Parts: sequence; C-alpha cells; structure tokens
Amino acid sequence: MIPVEHYVALSALLFTVGGVGFLVRRNVLVTLMSLEIMLNAVNLALVAFNRQATHVGAHTGQIFAFFIIAAEAAEVAVGLAIVISLFRIRRTVRSDEADLLKN
Amino acid sequence: MTALGQAYFYVCATLALAGALGVVVAKNPIRGAMGLLLMILSIAGLFLALNAQFLAAIQLIVYAGAIVVLFLFVIMLLGPSAKTPSDNRGRVPRTIGAVVFAAVGLGAMGLLVRTAPKTPEGAKALVEVTNDFGSVDAFGRTLFTEGIVPFELSSALLMVAIIGAVAVARGRTKAEIALAKSPAEALRDVPVASPEGAPRTPGGITREAHQ
Repeated sequence: MIPVEHYVALSALLFTVGGVGFLVRRNVLVTLMSLEIMLNAVNLALVAFNRQATHVGAHTGQIFAFFIIAAEAAEVAVGLAIVISLFRIRRTVRSDEADLLKN
Repeated sequence: MTALGQAYFYVCATLALAGALGVVVAKNPIRGAMGLLLMILSIAGLFLALNAQFLAAIQLIVYAGAIVVLFLFVIMLLGPSAKTPSDNRGRVPRTIGAVVFAAVGLGAMGLLVRTAPKTPEGAKALVEVTNDFGSVDAFGRTLFTEGIVPFELSSALLMVAIIGAVAVARGRTKAEIALAKSPAEALRDVPVASPEGAPRTPGGITREAHQ
C-alpha cells in the first residue's frame, strides 16, 4: 500500500512544476495549461487525503475535487475566450503584449 | 500485489511529472496540450488507485474530452501565431520569481518527506474502505445530501461562464464598430425597424417624434 505522503509529495512536485511554468512562460495558452497542472495537483492531494477520512465512507475530499473540476472548466472557457479576444486585438498570444490599459 | 500496486503508482507518477514538464518546456503549444493530456490520464490512473472511480471517469470526460479539445481548437484557430518566438526581455525577474516559487514548493515537499515516518510500519497507510467507496452510488449520495447547495450553485457558475465566454469571444458586429467610431452618424444612418413597423432610430426615438 502506498502511504499518503507519496501522493502528497507527487502533488507538491506537480504544483511546483505548474507554478514555475506559470511564472516563466509568456505564451498565454501555456500559462493556462500550467494553471490546469496546479489545479490537478490540488485535486490529487484532496483525493489522497480523503482516504485518511476520520469516519469511513466520507467523500468530502472527492466532492471538493469535483467542484474544483467544475470551476476549472468554467475558468478555461472564459480564459480561452479572453485569449481569442486578445489575439483579435494584438495578433499575438504573448502575455506581455496584453497592456491595453497602459496608455 | 503490493509490489504491483507500488509499480503502478510509480509509473503513473513518472508519467504525470513527464507530462507536466512537457507542458512547461514545450515550444509548440500542441506539444504542450499533449503533455497536459498525458498528465491528466496519469492522474485519472492515480484516482483509480485511490478508490475514486467516479472522479477518474469525470477526469477523463471533462479534462481529456472537453478541456484539452478546447485547447486544441483554440491553438488550431490561432494557427502559427499560437507559437510565440522567445526573446530575452524580462528574463531576470521571471527567473527570480520561478526560482523563489520552486524553492518554496520544493521546501514544502522536503519538510513533508522529513516528517514522514521512515519505517513501513510507522507509515500511515490509507484507510481500508469498502468496495463501493467512490462509486457513483456512494459519491452521488453524499453529493446530493451534504453538497446539494454548492452543486446547484456550480450550475449557475457554469451558466455564467458560458455566457461570459460567448460575450468575450464573439467580437463586435459591424454596427457596433460603426457606433464606436462615430455615434452620431451611426445613430442617424441606421434605421432599425420597430415591432409596430414604424421606423425607429437605435436611440429609441421614433422618426415621428423627431419631425
């Protein structure tokens, strides 16, 4: 049996990889994908902790992960719409070109 | 059986990390989307190992079936401009941010590993559960009793997201662009038929009222 620490360590690694990608990459599409990685890492930790439930049969962690999946679907739909909108104005998907409020 | 379970975990974990790294280093966003797909599939596999069968199915349907496909649609819609050429502007602050974030994340992981029990006997094994734990039946029972309010609220969230996505991605029609350029001319030149058949200006004032 794999102890829960292994799952949480994997989750922390994935979260770090996603966060570094979010900070380093300038392509908005890759930035959104990095957000996906981070939220998936959180889901993995929640589902793993759910198996340590104090009373047997509680699905709290899984339900939390379910709502995160729903929120993430909404986030991606709106995020990609914004990417298309940015591309229509600036003809690029680089995040540092998105300075329309600057002047 | 235990060895098989451990091998399964390590294979899935390696694939998930490889997919995540693939997203971060990919020059071509299509490759990035494929890395994301690999990570999603591996995490669905780990969900199966954690007795979350329903969530594994949801993961496959929502992520692999909808989100990755949506990403691919957008990448193909943008065409070659979805790839951004690399340049060195702002490299230093980005690197500093990434290093700090990685240090914090890896530090947290290091603390976790240090405090984890060293012997297999001391390790907190996962709680034994019955076979129907995580099934659609048990999961749905909890979802519709304890989580019914957030469940209904999430439907409102998805509805708002759909409307917002359509409104943001739709762009402006010709009439709206003309209106933005010179509101007075656009309002004078574009008569809009009113339901009663009388010509109306978009301002809401009928022609008769003007004359």
